[in-house]
Amino acid sequence: MAQMNMKEAIRDAMRVELKRDPNVLVFGEDVGKVGGVFRATEGLQGEFGDTRVFDTPLAESAIGGLAVGLGTQGFRPVAEIQFVGFIFEALDQMFVQAARMRYRSGGRYHSPIVFRTPFGGGVKAAELHTDALEGLAIQTPGIKVVIPSNPYDAKGLLISAIRDNDPVFFMEHLNLYHAFRDEVPEGDYTVPIGKAKVVREGKDVTIIAYGLMVHTALKAAEELEKNGVQAEVIDLRTLVPLDIDTIVASIQKTNRAIVVQEAQKSAGAAAEIIAQINEKAILHLEAPVLRCAPPDTVYPFAQIEDAWLPNAARIVKTVNQVLQF
Amino acid sequence: MSKVSLETPEAKTGGLPHEVRANDVAPLQVLSPEGEVVNPDYMPELSDDQLKEIMYRMVFTRTWDERAINLGRQGRLGFYAPVSGQEATMVGSEYALNKDDFICPGYRDMPQIVWHGLPLYQAFLYSRGHQHGGQIPEGVNVLMPQIIIGAQILHATGIAMGFKLKNEKRVAITYTGDGGSSEGDFYEGLNFAGAFKLPTIYFVQNNGYAITTPFAKQTAAQSIAHKALAAGIRGVQIDGMDVLAVIAAVREAAEIGRNGGGATLIEGLTYRFKPHSMADDTTKYRTKEEEAEWSERDPLVRFGKFLAKKGLWSDEDTARVKEEAKNAVNEHIKKAEQTEKMTVSGLIDSMFEQTPPHLEEQKADFQ
Repeated sequence: MAQMNMKEAIRDAMRVELKRDPNVLVFGEDVGKVGGVFRATEGLQGEFGDTRVFDTPLAESAIGGLAVGLGTQGFRPVAEIQFVGFIFEALDQMFVQAARMRYRSGGRYHSPIVFRTPFGGGVKAAELHTDALEGLAIQTPGIKVVIPSNPYDAKGLLISAIRDNDPVFFMEHLNLYHAFRDEVPEGDYTVPIGKAKVVREGKDVTIIAYGLMVHTALKAAEELEKNGVQAEVIDLRTLVPLDIDTIVASIQKTNRAIVVQEAQKSAGAAAEIIAQINEKAILHLEAPVLRCAPPDTVYPFAQIEDAWLPNAARIVKTVNQVLQF
Repeated sequence: MSKVSLETPEAKTGGLPHEVRANDVAPLQVLSPEGEVVNPDYMPELSDDQLKEIMYRMVFTRTWDERAINLGRQGRLGFYAPVSGQEATMVGSEYALNKDDFICPGYRDMPQIVWHGLPLYQAFLYSRGHQHGGQIPEGVNVLMPQIIIGAQILHATGIAMGFKLKNEKRVAITYTGDGGSSEGDFYEGLNFAGAFKLPTIYFVQNNGYAITTPFAKQTAAQSIAHKALAAGIRGVQIDGMDVLAVIAAVREAAEIGRNGGGATLIEGLTYRFKPHSMADDTTKYRTKEEEAEWSERDPLVRFGKFLAKKGLWSDEDTARVKEEAKNAVNEHIKKAEQTEKMTVSGLIDSMFEQTPPHLEEQKADFQ
C-alpha cells in the first residue's frame, strides 16, 4: 500500500475522481500548471488537460458562481478557494446559492460541488490565511462540512464529497498537509460523510475533536495516561452531518467530556456539540461539558499564535477541570 | 449594431494622449416611436405570424402585469416586481433565443422564463412563497429568479462554460438592471466570460433607477455597455423600447456566442412605468414630465403602430388578447391557490438529497 501525506492523499482523491467521472472538474486560482499554492493539484492538469483542471481569474465569488452554474449542467465541480480567509468573498455563492439550490428549486436542481479550502493555524501564515471558519458553515443549512485529520480519511472523505449531490465545504488543515505519512490504498475507496471515529479508547473522559486538534488531543491523552486517566478521543471527521450517536455512546461510557476546537470559543462547533449532548445524554453526565478553545479575539498575528491555539497542556487542564468537578 | 469601440483618435474631453477613450455610443434603433423602420439593415427576419406572436406576447405580458398588481393588492400574490414598460426587452430577448438556450433571471424577469416554458401558475406560486414555483419542468431551460443582485450573472457564466465544455451550440443569457451593473459579481462574470470566451449574453435592462437611485448616481460611466470594454467582450447599447432592436441584438449576440465568438453585454435603455416593487412611491423620485416622455416610447404603442401599418394588428386584436390574458391569469392563479401548501417536513427534506439523521429528528417535531 502506498504511503502518502495528507496533501498527496487529497490529490489522489481528485485523480481517482477525475479519471472515473468525466464530469468532475477541478478549478480555482493557480491550481493548473503549478498545482496550487500548496501543490495539492500538482500534475492533475498535465494528466487530465486544461479543460478538466484549470486556473481561473482571481475572483472568489465568480469561482463559486461558476461552480453553481456548472453544477446545474451535470458537472461536478471541485472548486478551490486558495485560502480560508478568502471565502468571505465567495460566501454568497457557497452558503447562499449552492446551499439553497435544492430548496429554492424544490429539488429540481442541486449543487454537487466541493469547495476545498486550506485552513488552520500554527504555521505562521499571513493574516486571514488560517482562521477556523467552520462555524459559519455549520450554521448554514444545506451544506455539509468535512474536516479530515489524516491522509486515509482525507482521501476517502474527499471521494465521498465529490460523489455527493449536495455541496460540501471541505476544509484541509495546513499543518496536516505534510505532517506525517499514512498507508493510503491506491484507487477507489470511500469514507462516509457523517461518521465519526473513536481514535483512542478510554473510560474516564471523552475528548471530542476534529482536524489537527485530534492529534493535539491524542498527545493530551498520552499525558493524562501518565496520571492514570484513560481518555477516549473521538475524531468527528464531519461537522455536518454530526455523528452525535458516536459521541453519546462514548459519554455513556465515560460520563465526562470536553470539546476541543481551533475556532474562537463562542457559538461555534463546540457550542453546538455541547447543546446536542445536553439534549441526548445529560443524565449520563457527571460534570458539565467544557470547551478547550482560543479566546474570542480575532485570529492573532504570528507572534502569539502558539500561545493562542489550544495545546496538549490546555487540553489536560480542561480535562482535569471536568474530572475534578 | 451600435458597438462601443476603443478606436477614438480624437478625444472630446481632453485628457492625456495615452488615455483610453471610448466613442460616444448611440443606441441601436430599428423602429422610430412612430413605428417607422429607421434602420432596415438591422430589421430582423420575421414572418408576419412571428411579428403578430411578438405583439401577442407583449400585450399578454402587460395585461398579466396589471392583473398581478391587483392580485398583489388583494393579498393573492406575495412579492411581485412590476414589468410594464419593459415588455420589449423581456419578450423580445426571449423570443430571439432557441428553446435550448438557458435563462438566468433577476427578480423582475418572470416574463422571460414564462415565455421560455415555465407554467404561469408556477410563477404565481413562486410569488406566493411556494417551493413548487421553482420546480422548473424538465426541458425548460431556466433557473428561478434570483434575489441577490448579480448572483445570477455568475450562474449564467458557469452554465455557458458547461455548454462550451460539452461542445453544445447553446447560449446562456442573464438579466440584471442598471443597479446590478454596480455589483462585483457583474464585473467578475464579464471578466470570466472574456477570459474563457464563453457563450454568455449579459443583458442589462437599464430602466434608469435602482429602486429609487437614478442612473446618474449609479455610475460615472458614459454607458453600461462601456463596461464590456474592460472585460474584453462585446458591448452593445440598444433602444430597449424597440422590440425589433432587442431581437436583432440578442439574435446577433446568440449567433456569435454559439459560433465561438464569446460573450456580449447588451444594455437596453428602457423604463418601468410602475414602481420597483409594490411598496415604493415613484412620485418621490420621478417627475410627471419624465414619465410622460417615456410613455411616448411605449413599446406596445410603437410596435402596434408598425404592425397596424402592415395590416397585421388592430385595436380589436389588442382587446382580444387582453381578454385572453385575463382569463389565463384567472385560471393560473386559481391553480396556484388550489395547489397543496408546502409543509415544514417537506421543507426539511429539501435541504439534502438524503435527509440526515439530525434533520429526520427535527422533522418529527412537525409531523
